[in-house]
Amino acid sequence: MSDVAPKPSDQRLERMPDIGCAPAGSPAERHLAELWESAPGWRGWLSTVDHKEIGLRYLGTAFIFLLMGGIEALIMRLQLARPDQTLLTPDQYNQLFTMHGVTMIFLYSLPVLSGFSNYLWPLMLGSRDMAFPRLNALSYWIFLFSGIFLYSSFPLGQGPNAGWFNYVPFAGLEYNPGPNIDVYALGMVLLGISTTVGSINFVVTLFRMRAPGMSIDRVPILVWGTLTASVANIFAVPSVSLAFFLLWLDRHAGTHFFDVINGGKPMLWQHLFWMFGHPWVYAVVLPAMGIVSDALPTFCRRPLVGYSAVALSTMATMLLGFGVWIHHLFAAGLPTLAMSFFGATSMVISIPSAVAVFAWIATIWLGRPVFNTPFLFFAGFVLLFVIGGLSGVMTAAVPLDFQLNETYFVVAHLHYVLIGINVFPVVGGIYYWFPKFFGRMMNETLGKWSFWVMFIGFNLGFFPMHLAGLLGMPRRIYTYAPNMGWNTVNLVTSIGSFIFAAGILIFLVNVAVSLRRGAVASANPWDAPTLEWATSSPPPAYNFAVIPLVASRHPLWEDRLAEGESRTRLKEGYLLMEGRETIGTTPLDAKPDIILKMPDDSYAPFFLGLFSALVFTGLLLDWRQFTILMLLASGLSLVVWLWPRKSLLQRVTSGKRAEGGFHG
Amino acid sequence: MAERVQLDKLLPVGSAGKRSGGWWGMWTLIVTEGSLFGYLLFTYFYLASQTEQYWPPEGPPLLWMPGLNTGILLTSSLFVWVCERCLASGRPRWSLASMAIALMLGMGFVLIQLNEWQKKSFDMTTNLYGSLYFTITGFHMLHVLVGLFILMILLIWIALGYFDHRRYAAVTIGGLYWHFVDVVWLFVFSTLYLFPYLDST
Repeated sequence: MSDVAPKPSDQRLERMPDIGCAPAGSPAERHLAELWESAPGWRGWLSTVDHKEIGLRYLGTAFIFLLMGGIEALIMRLQLARPDQTLLTPDQYNQLFTMHGVTMIFLYSLPVLSGFSNYLWPLMLGSRDMAFPRLNALSYWIFLFSGIFLYSSFPLGQGPNAGWFNYVPFAGLEYNPGPNIDVYALGMVLLGISTTVGSINFVVTLFRMRAPGMSIDRVPILVWGTLTASVANIFAVPSVSLAFFLLWLDRHAGTHFFDVINGGKPMLWQHLFWMFGHPWVYAVVLPAMGIVSDALPTFCRRPLVGYSAVALSTMATMLLGFGVWIHHLFAAGLPTLAMSFFGATSMVISIPSAVAVFAWIATIWLGRPVFNTPFLFFAGFVLLFVIGGLSGVMTAAVPLDFQLNETYFVVAHLHYVLIGINVFPVVGGIYYWFPKFFGRMMNETLGKWSFWVMFIGFNLGFFPMHLAGLLGMPRRIYTYAPNMGWNTVNLVTSIGSFIFAAGILIFLVNVAVSLRRGAVASANPWDAPTLEWATSSPPPAYNFAVIPLVASRHPLWEDRLAEGESRTRLKEGYLLMEGRETIGTTPLDAKPDIILKMPDDSYAPFFLGLFSALVFTGLLLDWRQFTILMLLASGLSLVVWLWPRKSLLQRVTSGKRAEGGFHG
Repeated sequence: MAERVQLDKLLPVGSAGKRSGGWWGMWTLIVTEGSLFGYLLFTYFYLASQTEQYWPPEGPPLLWMPGLNTGILLTSSLFVWVCERCLASGRPRWSLASMAIALMLGMGFVLIQLNEWQKKSFDMTTNLYGSLYFTITGFHMLHVLVGLFILMILLIWIALGYFDHRRYAAVTIGGLYWHFVDVVWLFVFSTLYLFPYLDST
């Protein structure tokens, strides 16, 4: 499969890249801007493949879902604030807690991290874009459409209602005959496609798109976090997509996978769901831990303590994460040996997490912390991470799990983990990178207010849930009798959750105010060490006018660290401007080995996303011909997308020059 | 690791074989699709190990036609490989011919498999085994159809003269998918056709 060596004279097949500088305003820089900027107006909006634009869309959309999931939670907390409430019917409550879970887990926590990574990866790695810019656009569009798909059932009173874990037999046709479950099953298969193509993009980007010299031991921890999460997704998502699809077959085609009377096994659902579900827990926290590992040192004025240990513990967490799914099934009736083994692995997984925690504490301890808003969020996260981790170790103990299973203790644990390890770093991360995103600083006073209100509200709201669980309150009940002893804890929880929501509101006000009135940010307002801060704020469409040559882990701190003189070169290097180009490097030590031709903007990802969402709509409504038609339209979009390009020297049969030459 | 980066080096441009993004992307796709089949076969073995039904209900399947069909599928993979080699050595007509043969063999596999489906005395609603048999082979059939679609597009592109001995990464990458579909069949075949013999003895 090796290529025949091209004639050395053929510039289109092989060339020596131009080396030079392209300062702002120079003809070379203007040419780059022309090449990389999307068309103005709706055309550019629909066809753009710029990772920064897509990253911000991911962030914005995920935040809207966070708000929707939050409103659902608040309605539930109103219902649960006092005993014997009648605000909601049991069926409405079921739909609310299901959509709350689905929204927060699938439509907020992973997509929001994809948003950060999409925006930051190429900038942190010193590249002009992701490996597959069009795939990036596709993963966003499918994410958006599957969210709309899931939510469009809600106003019709047919929202999914069997919990985000959707256990059979309750989710089977016999007990749940409405379209609710079909919406969930099909919507999640669709969302799985988005996650998978997004993950493929991250993995290939890491291995191929790093700037020369950015060897694997120099990438930021956020990159490690998203990489391991993406690798996990590639292995784990098929499991749950299959489970959803088999469920849909059971409900629509009359198969018997989960149907006990004909030999099917409900436990199969639990295995397939949690083989995905548990690695997924780490997929939604590891990149967030990466955010902290990269941003926290900036505020401590020193590099992260134990970079290699943290990077390795990230991977170890993910590997172990595949070996613990059974701990969700302890109470379902399993052999003792299986429970012992999975109980033990579930406890072992706290070791790599502890490594990360100690690394953060040591970084704060040995540094000179500056107490800006992002620092507060990251430090608060460390505390919540410890509490969530401890309650996790408790539920990993089989006898305790028997006691705590299906109580509010578990609800408390998972909220400490997901809000503590996901929401706090995310909000802190937005405070941190806001100047890079929009070129303006966020307001510090409002920032500190938002942190303290969120932090106090969160602990006030969710800590008592542990107590409710220990007092025996089960999950997913829509109301309770007044004499159970749960009245006070529930009232406190409801009050706390509204205070927490007020904190989020202050944060959103801060975003809105700062977007217009924030102080104008310099390229590197926090004096941070990583490569994304070498670009202007916000970065130009092409990211880097010349591809940087990286010589250390902290390119912007080289002059002050023991490494001596600055060796990373940011001003002079590869120009690469015969069309949209960037450099491809070897997987481990990042030596340049190809000039990559990057794709132009295209409508194909939007239409492929739209048509595939319509395929699933057709399946839901049993419109066979429509489904087949949309399937063909999807195939057609893909062919248009992949049609051989002249700029890759495909379909150039005569001696014409490749398009996009620079003659400036 | 990389102390000095050498800049004055000739670099290939664009979509160059194993260095192209598409080649890497296809491998990651294969990993995730391979996992999908892994979970499918896990489902089969899990349910087979738990069931009290007679397994498979009509006894171990006959091997003659499915065995032949396996041979047909693997041969088509061989022709896709030949097609790529012919492009690499500058014989586009031969590559066109061998892609056409690969495509026809692939279609042959589909027809024989459809016939196998029709001969079964059960369908996917009859019993648990039927659900598994038709879902697993159905998933594979879906992948074969996608693969045939890819081969067809590649055939058109070769016929239009879009590739030559210097640029044919699309054929390498599309071919990779077809090889995957064929290799996965070996696992499906072993599970559904050979495993029952092992089990019944």
